[in-house]
This record gives sequence, structure tokens and C-alpha cells, in this order.
Amino acid sequence: MPRRKELKKVLVIGSGPIVIGQAAEFDYSGSQACTSLREEGVEVVLVNSNPATIQTDYEIADVVYIEPLRPGVLAKIVEKEKPDGIIGTMGGQTGLNLTMQLYERGFLKQFDVEVLGTGVDAIETASERGKFSELMNRIGEPALDSVAANSVEEAVGFARTHSYPLILRPAYTLGGTGGGVARSEDELVERMKFGMRLSRIGQVLIEESVIGWGEFEYEVMRDGRGNCITICNMENIDPMGIHTGESIVVAPSQTLSNDDHQMLRSASLKIINALNIEGGCNIQFALNQQTGEYYVIEVNPRLSRSSALASKATGYPIARVAAKIALGYTLDEIPNAITKKTPASFEPALDYVVVKIPRWPFDKMPEADRRIGTQMKSTGEVMAIGRNFEEALQKAVRSWEVKKSSLADCRFKDLKEILEHIEKPTDLRLFAIYAALKHGVKPERIAELSGINPWFIRKIRNICEMEEEIRKAGKGIYKDEVLAEAKKYGFSDRQIAELIGSREIEVRRGRKAAGIKPVYKIVDTCAAEFEASTPYYYSTYEQEDEANPQGVRKVIVIGAGPIRIGQGIEFDYCCCHASFALREEKVQSIMINNNPETVSTDFDASDKLYFEPLAFEDVMNVIEREEPDGVIVQFGGQTSINLAMPLAEQGVRILGTGVEGIDIAEDRERFRKLLKELEIPQPRNGTARSFEVAFEVAERIGYPVVVRPSYVIAGRGMQIVYNAEELNRYIHEAVDVSEKRPVLIDKYVEDAIECEIDGISDRKRLFIGGMMEHVEKAGVHSGDASCVTPPVKLSRKIQKKIVGYSRRISSALNNIGAINIQFAVQGERVFVLEANPRASRTVPYLSKATGIPLAKIATKIALGHELGEYGLLDTPKLPYYAVKSVVFPFLKLPGTDFVLGPEMKSTGESMGIDRDFGRAYYKALLGANLDVYTKGRIALSLRPEDRKHARKLAERFRSLGFELVATEGTAKAIGDSAEVVKKVSEGEPNIRTEILGGRISLVVNTPKKGKDSLTDGFKIRRSAIEANIPCITSIEAAFGIAEAIECVKRNELTIEPLRYYTSKIKGVRHA
Amino acid sequence: MPEKKALLVLRDGSCFRGKGFGAEAVSEGELVFNTSFCGYQEALTDPSYAGQILTLTYPLIGNYGVNSEDFESGRIQVMGFVVREVCGEPQHMKSKEKLDEFLTRFNIPGISDVDTRMIVRRIRNAGVMPACLSVYSGREPDYGELLDRAKGLDYSKIDFVERVASRERKEYKAGGKKVALIDCGVKMSIVRELVERDLSVVSVPPRIAAKEILAMEPDGIVVSNGPGDPMLLTYLAKTVRELAERLPVFGICLGHQVIAHAVGGRTFKLKFGHRGSNHPVKDLESGRVYITSQNHGYAVDERSLPKEFIVTHRNCNDGTVEGMRHKELPVFSVQYHPEANPGPLDSKYFFDKFKKTIG
Repeated sequence: MPRRKELKKVLVIGSGPIVIGQAAEFDYSGSQACTSLREEGVEVVLVNSNPATIQTDYEIADVVYIEPLRPGVLAKIVEKEKPDGIIGTMGGQTGLNLTMQLYERGFLKQFDVEVLGTGVDAIETASERGKFSELMNRIGEPALDSVAANSVEEAVGFARTHSYPLILRPAYTLGGTGGGVARSEDELVERMKFGMRLSRIGQVLIEESVIGWGEFEYEVMRDGRGNCITICNMENIDPMGIHTGESIVVAPSQTLSNDDHQMLRSASLKIINALNIEGGCNIQFALNQQTGEYYVIEVNPRLSRSSALASKATGYPIARVAAKIALGYTLDEIPNAITKKTPASFEPALDYVVVKIPRWPFDKMPEADRRIGTQMKSTGEVMAIGRNFEEALQKAVRSWEVKKSSLADCRFKDLKEILEHIEKPTDLRLFAIYAALKHGVKPERIAELSGINPWFIRKIRNICEMEEEIRKAGKGIYKDEVLAEAKKYGFSDRQIAELIGSREIEVRRGRKAAGIKPVYKIVDTCAAEFEASTPYYYSTYEQEDEANPQGVRKVIVIGAGPIRIGQGIEFDYCCCHASFALREEKVQSIMINNNPETVSTDFDASDKLYFEPLAFEDVMNVIEREEPDGVIVQFGGQTSINLAMPLAEQGVRILGTGVEGIDIAEDRERFRKLLKELEIPQPRNGTARSFEVAFEVAERIGYPVVVRPSYVIAGRGMQIVYNAEELNRYIHEAVDVSEKRPVLIDKYVEDAIECEIDGISDRKRLFIGGMMEHVEKAGVHSGDASCVTPPVKLSRKIQKKIVGYSRRISSALNNIGAINIQFAVQGERVFVLEANPRASRTVPYLSKATGIPLAKIATKIALGHELGEYGLLDTPKLPYYAVKSVVFPFLKLPGTDFVLGPEMKSTGESMGIDRDFGRAYYKALLGANLDVYTKGRIALSLRPEDRKHARKLAERFRSLGFELVATEGTAKAIGDSAEVVKKVSEGEPNIRTEILGGRISLVVNTPKKGKDSLTDGFKIRRSAIEANIPCITSIEAAFGIAEAIECVKRNELTIEPLRYYTSKIKGVRHA
Repeated sequence: MPEKKALLVLRDGSCFRGKGFGAEAVSEGELVFNTSFCGYQEALTDPSYAGQILTLTYPLIGNYGVNSEDFESGRIQVMGFVVREVCGEPQHMKSKEKLDEFLTRFNIPGISDVDTRMIVRRIRNAGVMPACLSVYSGREPDYGELLDRAKGLDYSKIDFVERVASRERKEYKAGGKKVALIDCGVKMSIVRELVERDLSVVSVPPRIAAKEILAMEPDGIVVSNGPGDPMLLTYLAKTVRELAERLPVFGICLGHQVIAHAVGGRTFKLKFGHRGSNHPVKDLESGRVYITSQNHGYAVDERSLPKEFIVTHRNCNDGTVEGMRHKELPVFSVQYHPEANPGPLDSKYFFDKFKKTIG
């Protein structure tokens, strides 16, 4: 069936901000789908609230809406654009849910819009567990006994006839949100209530448990004619009971025989046919490897995290093909984009092993429960490719960036603790397994405790044994076969150096002298059966090298690695733009990255892709093989910037700002000296290399102070301390202080407005793309703050001062390319907080807000162009407002508190754009998945310092028609007869029961200093998180939200394409 | 025990040194590759691999051991086995034996720890070629000697069917209808598929005369898969020609090629064959595409087929003939393996069709 010619315009729904369970993979699938549709001459309308996405670029879609992903907003867009079809299967669960809502509310019928690809029936059957179980029964596929319970009674009833543990999964939620294991009736009741609140339809599936069985996934595609193929199968190393997004996954399966594999493959095809899927789909099975029994666990009738992984693991562009299927093509009519000669109707053959490891946020959230289970807690993932399992695993660990150089690099108290991490899995399980093996625990015993197939444990034991051999070989390793074997097993030079008491660079030298160098192999979808035209490489230690470097002008872009708190999709976005810019300049673009979810690792995002760890060794190897004209490090966040120095030391040419400028900006002491020379004020600060000095410095500066270790990522380990006692605690608990690891102490600028600029400098000038004013006051990490451009509070005079300081700093750093500078404004005084001579996380947001592709231009500047060529002189003046807001992962991380500070906690961002600040902020909040109601009851509980604002805030909300309840102190401060509600410690009913009872629509709780999960404040905030209602924790944001609600009550939201706004800026050439 | 080593020498002179497993032995064969990531036991015991040294593209082989069920014949049929890594500690509930032990038991040499992707690329670019594999524990064997042995092999001139086909009749009793299965080196899965459909199967050697088969009064004929160049099987082509005029005939793989020769068609050698579990084939009559299990080095030349034959299946990758049928007579054939093992089970409808044909 050829393409349906009547489909001329298609609406594609994105997935919104990055949250746990829904990350960059949907920018990847959405972008690929859009490109695929446009190749067919379809006009694509794209809507997403996340500005840090490639799919919202003008190059990807014809019409872009950066608007909240809400049915009402979508309906307006549908009405305005009148698309012929809608594709919701590229936007994760968000896209799927929206499609269903639009359908259920009759909008699609009203505007004659067809759901393309997989239809609503299939979505419904796959998503609603009751219907799904029914279908499985009908086609004779074994599904676990389950009930779709709409009430606690139903759940308990089911439990009476089945045995605990039972698994709970709320319908229509993502990443297992609200799901879990109930081991008793009490747990069941509690989880049931929680789950019903989170499900869109208040329904929770209660299911028998197969905890401990092997978990296998099949990525399947089907076209409208019923042709089906499996793209690949994947084996979860962690057995059932751990969400697949939380599992270490290997592709293809390693422990299945042909019969096992064909059994599950055939079941997959049967299911996808019965569901009538048209596009991609993911099917999960539980397999008992002692008996051969299996169950179908779940079907995702859409592109998913697993399909992104499968795409990267095989080279097969699933989203691209799914989009073509949605237009009516059959699989055999679509060419395989990798081989170009064979059709898409084949099953990829792998001749390598792929390992994926999730990236958890516990480094940023030390208070969170580290145990992993049925609900996702990880924010991202890394993938590595090798010719054996050991190699792939060790490369993945190296890519992980958890400050651990190897599997051995984790300290445990004793064997008891080790075994605990194995039996009750945490993010450290892999390290614990390694440690247990080193303690002499038998693989079979570890397998028994963990439920992990012994095959994998034995492979890890091989690594352990090799470690011993390396140690034994010592410095004589170069003459030995051991070195070659060690490299084949994925040992890094650094690991080997540590084991033989040498230095990484020496091992590197010795290894090369011994003739042991990596070769590069191609990921070609077909195990070399056909010639591949797409250069997608991975390294291994073997004989034949296929890298084939061309003698052309070329530049390597170093990627950003896994999505984690502090280094999100924004950096991948910038890396992609660097690649695109290189292409536009006719320079060969070479990407190195290890994140399977992102656009940067798409097969055609760059001219060449090396899927490699971003460690010095691996990057340097690629550089030596490719011999590029230069390397760009300013887009991959801290990951790439940290490589600048070691690469430069090897004589590698860093394009853009030099390592000297980078070092001045990163080294707080050098930076302080610089500002002093430039006569630019900075909060008083000092550096302490011992405990004693820390106290002296803090006394001298005066409390409160911000303390942090040097060389930080996203405020890690940073804290505001108010007195010597707190400082004492922080220093002893949180950090190592030493000569090599000083602690930096800055005066905390109280009651200040924070603001930042993103700019680009060439060799002569600095162009400031925009000034972004934070909604929350200084002290909240800039990544967690909402911000607005243009500023609303800063006077023209202050803005001028900021511009002046920025120019001086950028020039002093000899900055070439992107730069970000952060300021705190206290009255008339402007302090510089930090300068980052690299692209910051606000670059995509600002690029979308202004229509100026900052990262692309920064790349071109780094290549030698000048700002004047792009007409970039003055900061563009926006006749509208763009607000960035953020999303937090607290709901998914039990035990965490909603308190913002200098430690970054958010996972993703949204943007709202409108004519005034209020509406833009409102849209940003909606876009960040917050349900901001314009009526109802607001609960206020302010800390003493903020109560001076209580009366004014209360008046604001009341004038907007809200009812107010307040805790006692706050109610007194409001002064009139505000309804008083008890704190949790004061007995029931209290503010928690009110919130959980659904009688509160917004909570304003400003936290007291100090972190303590026993406080009333913590319980209030946790209740709001669990009730899924907005919780505002700063007084500034509370006023901001009041203004937002006021604007929305007065005016309708403007729903217009992005270009409607950006075309209003005068004097800027648009991309 | 000293570690075994291995040396693989290709006719083009290239040689690969690796670890040895299986038997300490020397053997030569046509070096071919298969892209399935599992199913090595089925492949090793598939008689169609007779005379060939099999390379698997997937690097980790032997993970789930060798069991007592997944045999396609009573023994290992390949001449040698080439893998990237062989698993010494298999894990599977059915596993009875390690791959190393399995090869040793059947006196077959295996080589591991070689760059199999390099070997595959060489074959892809130059075509399949003879090679000689030696597994040893003492001194390295003489390269020149192995090269001579590789060069001395002319795969297309050897009737491998003679070597693997059964020499006597075997009966697999089931229902009322009787199928004469001409065994050119049949995979047991074909017999299983027929018996599962309640067909009684009598397998007969390929040098049997048509009238002998007719005397058995079968309801239909299946011409099985098997190794080697179909051009050498003129004796069988003649038999099949006679049978096709009287009885329903279903050819699989080599059987399909033999039918082509029987009706005056030709076959040609593919550069590096089709071996794997991922090849798309389009059923031209239904328009559906199936992922198929393939193992063949020769293909039917479409232009050589008589007018009475129509192509029913075509390979989506290279357009070669994957199935055909006679316009009027109940004679049809398939180039790939509907019986799977290893590979997808998507094409079993061929057996249903055959059963329907014989009534």
C-alpha cells in the first residue's frame, strides 16, 4: 500500500518536560518521526511544552507550538491548524493520553482528524488492563490473573482469593508511577488509594506477582497490511520485580535458546496482530527459566524508552519507520536507511553485545530511598557496545559518570551490607555483586539472592578474575598477553594503572608501544551481511578496523552523556546543534556520546557517530583515529568541559574558548582574582583547605554562607549554612576537605534577585542572547528556578550594569563561543555569582524564546566566523514574555523533600510564552505538569521570616476568589478570620488530611531552614506531592502564581505558533 | 590439559589464529556465515551444512549449552565451527553438554577468539570460499599445508547429498495420508511438522527410482533440504520429474532447486548465500512479508523456469526466487525453511498448504 496522498498535514504530540519515566527518548522518536513525515511532503505541526527539544526546531517541524500539553490547548491547536491526522504514539504516555482525551471528548470527530498509526481501540485495549487481560485470554496468551480495580474494596476482594505479594499498577501512568508491591492488606489499601489518585481514570491493576522470573522484552513493528517484524529482543539482567527502566538490560538476549526465543517472538507477533497495532510496540514477558513457563506482562502500544534503546542497539530507526507506516506504507515499501539497499521489512542482526545501565539521581538526593523496584527512579541511561559482555558492561560503567572508575570502585562496610544490596536491590547492586565475588561468594549464591541468571554473574566474575591477573602481572603487563586480554574485557587504562600502580597516561603509552589499540566496528543492522552506508561505530579490541577516516575538514563534538539531574537534555540539544552547524559549514561532524535516548546519537544527526564512553581514554582514541581539525567541548556540559584540559595536554586543538579561560572560570580562586582585577563585585568569599580555615573564612565573610566543594556540577554538595553549628555538620558529613579538595565559601546574598545571561562572543564582541530573571530569589539553584525573559523586575540601569560586567568578563576570559554568567542583584548592587564559558542549560530555552539558534551560531563562531555575519549586535527586544519552569521528581522518590536550595533537583523544564508575564508563567506551570486551578482552597503555611508577606498574599488570593486555610502562625499573620487548620503534629483533621482528601487546590509552604523529614513542613509538602497538587515553596513564586492566575482570569491564553512571537522581534535574522 | 589453539586458513591466503575448541582435528570446507543470534545447535546438526565450515556472526555462542532435543539430525554436520567466543559455563534448564564437549564428541574442530566480523566481511566481499581449520595443542600446523588443503577443495563438485542422505527407508507413522519424503539430508523438524499434521511419513533415499516410490502409493511427495550443488543431482531431478506428473510434490530448499532442475530450469550459486533467521520474503500471492529462516548457497534462475511455473515468493533483499508453483499441477516449492529451527515460525502455512493439497 503506497502512501495515502490525502494526508497533507499531521499533528505530532511531544512528551513535555523530562521526568522520571519519560526522558529524552521521546524527543528522539518525535524528531525522527517528523523528519520522516516531511520527507513524504507532509506538513508537520508539532506541539510540546519542552523547549529543550530538537523536535521544536524549525528545521524539524513546519509549525511549532511551545504550549502546555493539555487537552484544551490541543483542541485549540487542532481547531486552528485543521490537520488531517494526529500522531500521539511518539510522545510517550503523555502523547498517548492526550490523543485518548481528545478522542473521548469528541474533538477529533468534530474537526475530522484521524488518529494515524495505531488506533484508539488498540491504545485502549493495551492500556486498560482489564481489556488487555481479556484479549490475552481470547488469543490464548498467558496473562497473569489480575483485576482492574476501581475501588479499595475491589482490590481487597481480589486479594482474598489470591496470595501476596501482589503488584499494583495504576492505569495510564508512566514509569510505574504509583505502582508497587503489596505484601499485606494494609500495604494494599495504602497503595491502592495512592494509585487511584494518580491514574487518569482512577483505576489500578492488581496482579499476581512473578517476582524473580526472567524479564524479556520484544520490540515489534507491524504495518497496516499485517506484516510484522521484531526489531530486537532484550533481556533484563534484573529479574521481574524491577521496572525495566530500572534494570540493567542487555541486547540481544543471552540466555534464551532458539526455542525460547521463537516462543516469545511468536507470542509477540500474535499479540501485535490481535491488537491491530500499526507502528511500533513493546511487549514484556516474564519467563520462568526453570520451567519454561511464561506470562505476557505488558504491552506499550507506542514508541517507548525500550524502542529508543532498541533503535540505538540495532541501528534500526523505529520511529522513522513507524511514521511511514502511519502514512500507509507497508514495511517492504520502506527502505532500510542504514543499508539503503534492503527494505525495512527485515529483522536486524547484531554481531555485538549491548548493555544499558540506568542512571539514578541518588547522588543529588542522598535522602531518597535507594532501593529500586517496580517504580522508576532513574532519570536517564547509558549504553555501551562491545564484542563481549564483559567489555560492554565495563564500557557502560565507564560511561555512567557516577564518579566510579570501575566495578571495584565502591566501598561497603562488610559482607553483610554487600549481600543486602544484592538481595534488596539498590542502585549499587552491580558494585555489590562485584564486591561479593571478590569476597569469594559463589556466583550461584549471588544468583540465588538476586534472582539474576547465573550466566551474568559468571561474566562479572570473569572481570573479577581478570582484575587479579592484571594485578599479578604488575608493571610487566606490557610484555604479557594479559594486557591484550584485559583490553578485550573492557578494562580501561586508568583501571589497569590503578591495579599495577602506574598512571593512566603511562599505561596508554605502554599499551600503544605494545601495539594494542582499539579498532572500530560498524553498527549496520545486518551483522555485516550487507554493506552499510551509515557510519555508526563502536570500539573494541580486535583485528579489523572499519573506521575509514576521510581526509576532509572535520570536527569532533563531545556529547553530554546520560540524562541526570544537573545535566539534562539541554546539553544534548546543544551538541546536536553543534553538529548541525558543522554540516552547514561543510565540515564533517563527528559525535561521541553514550546516551541511547537522545537525538545526538541518532544515526543521521552527525556525519559520523562513535558510540563510546566519554572518558579521556575512549575520546582520545577516537581523536587519534580520526585526526580532526578540532574538538568542541563547550556543549556537553561538565562532561565535555572536564575533558578539555586532559585533551589539550595531549596537543588536541580545542575550538572556542581555550583551556586557560575555562580554568579561570572553573577555579574559584583564579576567578576571584580576575573579578578583583576587573573591579566587578562578587559576594565575599574564600577558600578553605582545612576545617579550621573554613570556620575562619565563614566568620570573616559573615553568615549565612554558601559552602561547596570546588569543581561542581549543578550545585552538588552545595548548601547554605546559617551558623557555625550547621557549618560544622556540613563539613563533617558532606564533604572531604583537603589540600587538593578545598571547600569554597561564599557570602549568601540574601533577598536578592538572581538573573543570568547567555551570550556568544567572537574575538571582538559579546552578543547577549537574553537576560533571564529568576522568579525565586537568589539561593535556589539556577536550574531549579523559574525564570523569565525579558526581565520584569530589573531596572534598565541594573540591566545595563549586567551587560557591562558580562562584556568585561567574557573579554577577560578570551571567550569564543557560548558563555553563561549568573548574577545576584541586591538593591542597586550587582554581584557576579559565576561565569561558565560554555553553553548552559538555558541555551535551548533562550533560543526558542528569541528564535536565534544560539548553539549553532556559537559553533560557527568557534570555527572562526564573526557575530556580525549573523547580524547579532544588541540583545533582541522581545515584545512578549517567555517563562521557563521546571519539574521535580519528588513524587517518584519517596523520602525526598520539596525544598529548593543550591543543590539542583529538577529533572526537566517547560516553557510558556505569551503576551504578558502572568499568562506565560501560567503556561509554563501547566507545561511543567502542574494543575494550577483558578478557584478552590489554598493552604498557606509560611515560615516566620515570610509572614510579613502573609496578609498581602492572602488578599491577592482572596481577590481572585480563592478560599484560604492556614496553619496557626500564618493565620495570625494574615490577621483576620482566616480558617485555621492543624499541623500534622497537632492531631487530625489536619492540613495533611485536607490535602489528601482533595479539598485543597494549591499549597504554599515556605520551608524553615535545615533539612528534617520529621518537620510539619516536610509532611505538608509530601502530602501535596502525593496528592499531585502544586506546592509553592517560595514567597516570590507564590506572588508569581497569583499574578499568573489573575492574568488568566482576565485574558484567554494566546495559542499561537512559536513563529508568531519570534517574528515580532526586529532586526534579527532568523534561522 | 594444555590450551588448544586453532588456525584457520582461507583459500585467498588469509589466516586467523585463535583458541581451539572441540576436537583436535583438521578439516576443510566451504567457509560460510549465518547471522542468527541463537539456534547454534540446530545449525550445527543441519545436514545442509555438510561440507561447510560455519561462522556465526553473533559473538557469544554456547550460552545455553547443548540439549537433547534441538537436533536436526543425529550428529554435527558442519566440518568446522568458527565463533568469536565460546561459552564454557552454559546456563539453561535443558542443557546437557557444553559446546566444546559436543564438538569433541563428534570430532569436529572449532575456533574461537578470532575476528569473526572480519571473516564475514571477507566472505561478503569475495564470496564464499574453501578454508581449512586445524585445532591443535602442540606446534602450529604448517600454513602451506592448510592452504593447499583449502585450495584442493572444490565444493561444487562433491555430491554431499550422498554423504548425508539416509540409505534406507524410515517410517514415521501417524494418520491415514502417506507422504514419501525424499531425504537428501532432511532436517528432523520437517518430519516433525508433517507428523504433527497427522501425516504418515516414509523417508526414502534420494537415489530411489520413481516407480519404487509410486509402488508405495503415497498421497504426496516432499523433497527435502540438503547440502551442495543441486546441479549434481541429475538422478534425483529425473525421479522428481516423473513423480510430479502424478502426485503432489512439495520441495523445500534443495528440494525446491531440484524441482527447478526437474522441469528444465537452472540454478546458480549465490555469492555468499542466504543464511540466517532474518530474511524478508514476500508472498506475492497474498502480498504479505514474512521473516524467514534461510540456509542456501544456490538459487533458482527465474528466467530459466518453464512457462508453467510461476514465482510465488521473492526475497525482499535481493529479489531472488524464494518460492514457486506449477500453474496447474499440485507442485510447489519453497527455497527457505518453513520448518524453522533455527529461526522464525512464521511460515508454517506451507505445511498446512501441503496437507490440504494431498487432501
